[in-house]
Amino acid sequence: MTRTSLRLREGAIKLLLQGCALLSIVVTLGIVWVLFTQSIPFFRHVAATEFLFGTRWAPLLTPQSFGILPLLCGTTLIAGGALLLAIPIGVATAVYLSEYAPPAVRQVAKPVLEVLAGVPTVVFGYFALLFVTPYVLRPLFPSTEIFNAASAAIVVAIMVIPTISSLCDDALRAVPRSLREAGFALAATRLEVSTRVVLPAAMSGVVASVLLAFARAIGETMAVSIAAGASPTLTLNPLRSVQTMTAYIVQVAKGDAPADSVEYDSIFAVGLVLFLMTFLINVAAQRVLARFREAYE
Amino acid sequence: MSAGAALRESAVPQRTTLAPGQTPDADVVEPIVRVDQLTIRYGDFEAIKRVCLDIPPRRVTAIIGPSGCGKSSLLRAMNRMNDFVPGVRVEGAVIFNGQNVYAAECDPVELRRRVGMVFQRPNPFPKSIFRNVAWAAQMNGYRGDINELVEQSLRRAALWDEVKDKLSLSALALSGGQQQRLCIARAIALQPEVLLMDEPCSALDPIATARIEDLIDQLKSQYTVVLVTHNMQQAARVSDRTAFMYMGELVEVDQTNLIFTRPGNPRTQDYITGRFG
Amino acid sequence: MSAAPALFQPRLAQRRLLGACFHGLCLLITLVGVFVLFLLLALVFRIGWKYLTWALLTNEPSFLNPAEGGIRIALIGSVLLVLVAAVVAVPVGVGAAVYLEEYARKTRLNQLIQLNIANLAGVPSIVYGMLGLAIFVRWLRFDRSVLSGGLTLAILIVPVVIIASREALAAVPNSIRHAALALGATRWQMIRHHVLPAALPGILTGVILSVSRAIGEAAPLIVIGAAAFIMPGGGVDTASLFGWARWLREALLAAGFTALPIQIFDWSMETDPEFQDLAGSAIIVLLGTLLSMNALAVGIRAWQQGGKTR
Repeated sequence: MTRTSLRLREGAIKLLLQGCALLSIVVTLGIVWVLFTQSIPFFRHVAATEFLFGTRWAPLLTPQSFGILPLLCGTTLIAGGALLLAIPIGVATAVYLSEYAPPAVRQVAKPVLEVLAGVPTVVFGYFALLFVTPYVLRPLFPSTEIFNAASAAIVVAIMVIPTISSLCDDALRAVPRSLREAGFALAATRLEVSTRVVLPAAMSGVVASVLLAFARAIGETMAVSIAAGASPTLTLNPLRSVQTMTAYIVQVAKGDAPADSVEYDSIFAVGLVLFLMTFLINVAAQRVLARFREAYE
Repeated sequence: MSAGAALRESAVPQRTTLAPGQTPDADVVEPIVRVDQLTIRYGDFEAIKRVCLDIPPRRVTAIIGPSGCGKSSLLRAMNRMNDFVPGVRVEGAVIFNGQNVYAAECDPVELRRRVGMVFQRPNPFPKSIFRNVAWAAQMNGYRGDINELVEQSLRRAALWDEVKDKLSLSALALSGGQQQRLCIARAIALQPEVLLMDEPCSALDPIATARIEDLIDQLKSQYTVVLVTHNMQQAARVSDRTAFMYMGELVEVDQTNLIFTRPGNPRTQDYITGRFG
Repeated sequence: MSAAPALFQPRLAQRRLLGACFHGLCLLITLVGVFVLFLLLALVFRIGWKYLTWALLTNEPSFLNPAEGGIRIALIGSVLLVLVAAVVAVPVGVGAAVYLEEYARKTRLNQLIQLNIANLAGVPSIVYGMLGLAIFVRWLRFDRSVLSGGLTLAILIVPVVIIASREALAAVPNSIRHAALALGATRWQMIRHHVLPAALPGILTGVILSVSRAIGEAAPLIVIGAAAFIMPGGGVDTASLFGWARWLREALLAAGFTALPIQIFDWSMETDPEFQDLAGSAIIVLLGTLLSMNALAVGIRAWQQGGKTR
């Protein structure tokens, strides 16, 4: 091969690879474009203020009503409940793995958590419906409905625990050894070093992990579709059936709404809200994470 | 102000037999720390071999030797910071105030309150200057006025005048030399009896080094200082006694002026004249 | 100032006890994760054991009689979907990773790309379904086909492939790069002959894990409209290569498909508990596949780490 053709080939390959990387930007722009343009027909029928501030979501009844607050409420109820459970468990697991566990235990526990993270969400929904509700919730609270927010929150918590524990573990382990040594040399116990030196030093990493877990919980679809049901209710009672934004999209996609109907268009409006929420949370998480990396890497 | 770290009356343990070839530490009558036939292994590697050493109270004892000679291992054995190294095995004893620190009934947390440590690189917590000094004292149930303790400790570490107006600022905003003095202040806030210093100036510039050396000189009126250094001039400048280690063995220990003028062992002679190291 | 010891009340016993309790609590909580996984597997096996037969794999789904229901079409659907997704996502993902790790300087654009990839990894999967619905189903008119679904899954897993591949590439020591460049290799020759082979086990692990994510995804496929149970193209003319190709083309483009997780979802939502049992059997098949892929990934990683220490 001559030198010119070699250089041409090098340039072409670089361009090709750069194209692959740029595709990711195209995808993001594509998502934004699709969600905006496809929800325009919906907003021709429903005023944006009614959509954002309305307290009744009833696309299948007459008269139709498209106030997203019940869906937002269902989503936050489940995602918030899940975090309430998952934060202490995930952080404690990370502290144990990073500060206490002997290497052998670590080597077993990490893959198990990875497997847990890889279980499809539809399986967790099945677990919620066939185990959590009948065998855990109903014996404790007989008034629990078959589909309920609590069972969904519990399985979503199980799903995001690996997210929190693995990212927190990374953050804790990035804290320099010298800080731990300083703590021990100042007559601190392991508990005090872990919770009052290492954990505060890794706090931004912990916060980032929680934010990412929150975004995941908000976007979680299959488990909540199975476990929480399909009744958009403006309630904070976790034992009642609620509908999340994601579950609503599934409900419409599964149903037989004609492609040009308002309820079909509405899924793009709901998707837009969902995307914007998770996007903002993710950007915040990346910011916090960048600051953490700056401090320790 | 009366003596800060008052020594405890303690039964002086019986002198144990020394390894062959070792000079008995005759001029240390009442050691505060006695290292007795100490052997430390990391896996198969023997870092310290049957070392005996007496540390006299309220003096500065320097431990010198080429890198890898085991001087840091010896120092870290005195407050059991070696415990955190995986695969470490310790034989022999370190007697502190009449008690073997490796005995089962010795609580390492209590030991480390009374035997403080300053590290090679300044390692302040990412907290405020005040919290850095107050943290350990509060945790260990300090009963006096904490503001007073912080001021006193910072004064003793010759840092007070530089930081008194910014106690609530992050310790990470200080310069390297200031950070190291903060670490010393933090260590003496616990009123330890012994202060272990592991090459405390190796990450600092000459001016900061000079300040720390002055500080060490002042500290010995109240504390027992054990200083590990690879810098012979530093040992000569600040220490009263010097121990020379080589390949995990304690070659020689004596008064500093004697070690540097009339070393008893040819290997010490070679090292201090710069023939190896 | 009085004597030092009286100044402190370290309450050692109390702190030691507290420390031991905390240690125990953290260990217990960590075991919760293991316990839940065990519980999940136990439950699924207890329920799904009943219909776990050979017929489950070969039967077509039945809405009338659960005992005759099977997952053959769902299995074929899943295999084809994952094939399409992997064929598209792996080259693009690895290519982007190579660019970011080996070529990209720290420009604004490249930092934006990296931030964007991290964000894409956090976009809910159902949003990708809406993207696929608008782009592949409606705009490119691929209809509600395996091709649309596979391409959607490809977009979904590309960020995962990129992130995993970048990690693998970053782990390749710089000395290998310097050695190759010093011998007069061009940048691409260096990457092609030295860096990629060294990073291959890590990339492979990442690819396996992202593909297993695609296998378990249901939400984006449901949005695209996977629901109809239509067997693509009748039978296969297995005798000729041409027959296979024609079948494949029809299978990829036929309107309507299903996949294993969707089948599980549908059966779970049936009111007849027999169908829920059947869903349990399908879950065993799905989890079995994923667990063996996971084991494969763990195995590759262990083999690679063993090679490093040797």
